[in-house]
Amino acid sequence: MASAKEMKQTLFGPIFANNPIALQILGVCSALAVTAKMENTLVMCIALTFVLVLSNVSISIIRNHIPSSVRIIVQMTIIASLVIVVDQLLKAFAYDIAQELSVFVGLIITNCIVMGRAEAFAMKEGPGMSFLDGLGNALGYSVVLLTVGFFRELFGSGSLFGYQILPLITEGGWYTPIGLLVLPPSAFFIIGGFIWVLRMFRPEQIEAKES
Amino acid sequence: MASKNDTMGKTFTVIILLCLVCSIIVSGAAVGLKERQEANAALAKQQNILRTANVDLQGRSADVVFAERVRLMTFNRDTEELTEHDSLFALEEALAASSAKDGGERASAAGVRGLRADIPVYVIQGEDNGVASYVIDIRGSGLWGMMYAFLSVDPDGQTIRGINFYEHSETPGLGGEIQNPRWRSNFDGKNAIDSDGNVAIRVRKGAGDNEVDALSGATITSDGVDKTFQFWLSQEAYGAFLMKVREEGAI
Repeated sequence: MASAKEMKQTLFGPIFANNPIALQILGVCSALAVTAKMENTLVMCIALTFVLVLSNVSISIIRNHIPSSVRIIVQMTIIASLVIVVDQLLKAFAYDIAQELSVFVGLIITNCIVMGRAEAFAMKEGPGMSFLDGLGNALGYSVVLLTVGFFRELFGSGSLFGYQILPLITEGGWYTPIGLLVLPPSAFFIIGGFIWVLRMFRPEQIEAKES
Repeated sequence: MASKNDTMGKTFTVIILLCLVCSIIVSGAAVGLKERQEANAALAKQQNILRTANVDLQGRSADVVFAERVRLMTFNRDTEELTEHDSLFALEEALAASSAKDGGERASAAGVRGLRADIPVYVIQGEDNGVASYVIDIRGSGLWGMMYAFLSVDPDGQTIRGINFYEHSETPGLGGEIQNPRWRSNFDGKNAIDSDGNVAIRVRKGAGDNEVDALSGATITSDGVDKTFQFWLSQEAYGAFLMKVREEGAI
C-alpha cells in the first residue's frame, strides 16, 4: 500500500496542481455543453465521478488479465456499460435533469479524462490507488465545471440553482443578462480565464515558449 | 504487460467473460428501472397537460388529479370522429396503431413528419363535471429541433388559454424563451380560429390584432411556432376538431 503522502497526492493533486481540464485540456466538450445551469452541471459532475471512479477501480482489478492487444476495447466496454447504467439511473430518479442533459451523459463514454485515467493510471496501479485517482480527477473536473457553471448561470440568467439572484429586466428587475453566457462558446472564455488565474499562482504550469 | 495474456485463448476468454458481465449489468439496469422510467415519463406528461390547462393540483399528485379530471380522446382527422380511451396507455396504443403518412404542404412547412390519422385530445373537466378546456398536442420544428407543446383551448373551441412548450432544444435565453411565462401569456385570450374555421392566430414581428409578437433574436424559432399553428389549427388537423366543438357543443 502506498504511503499517506502519495495517497494525498493522488487524491488532491488533480484539483489544482494537475487539473485534467486546466492543465491537460481534456474533457472540454462537456464543460462547454452542460454548464449553462448549476443544477445540470452538478448532476453531470456526479455522473462523471461515478463513472470515473468505478471504471478506474474495475479496470484496475482486472488489469493483470487484460490482453494488451485488446486493452482499449476492454476499457471502452467497461466505461460504456457504466455510462449506460448512469443514464438509466438518471432517467429513473432524476427525469427532468436527464431530459436536459440528454446526449451529454452518453458522451461521457468519449470523455478523454475517463479513457486517459484508465490507460495512464488504472492499468498500472492497484484498485485502492485507482479509486483515489479517479476521485481526484473527478474532483478536478468538477471544480472547473462548477466554476464555469457559476459564472454562466449567475451572469447569463441572473440565477443560481434556479433561484433568481439578480432580478432580470424582462421580469421587471434591473439586470440585463449577458446573452453570450448562455451559449456554449462562452465556456471557452471562462475556462481560459480559469487557466490564466491558475497559472498566475502556479507559474510552473506555463509551457515553455516554442522557438 | 505479461505475454501469457496475449495468447489467442486468453484474449477470447477475457473478452467473452467481460461481455457477459457487462451485458448482465446493462440489461439488469435497463429492465430493473424500466417501470420507474415509464412512470416518470407518464407523470411528466400528465403534469404538463394539467399545467397547460391551469389546473390547480392543491398539493395532490399529478396522476391522481389527472385520473379524476381528464378524459382521454382521440380525434380522427379523416372521419372527424372522437373515440374515448380509459388510460394514457390505451390512448398511446391507439395512436400508435393509427396509420402514419405525410401530412401535405402545411405539415411539411411546420416540419411535421409521420402524421397519424388519429390525434390526441385531452378534455379537462371542471369541478362541476362540465368541460373546462381542451388540451391539444402540437409540434413543429424550431431552429435546432422539434418543439413539442400542449395548447389549451376554452370550451368555445376558439379562445386560447395556455401554451406550454414541454420539450424543445432551442437556444437558452433566445429561442428558449418560448417557455418563458411572460411570452406565453401573450397567447392568453387570442382566437385560435376565426368563424370560418381558418387559422386566426399568428406569431410575427410587430404583432397586430390577434397576433403574438415574435421573440427578438429568435426569428427561426418564432417562425417555427407560427408554422406549427398554421398547420395544427388548420382544418387538416385540430381546426376540424375545434369547428366540431363549436357546431356540436361540448363533448
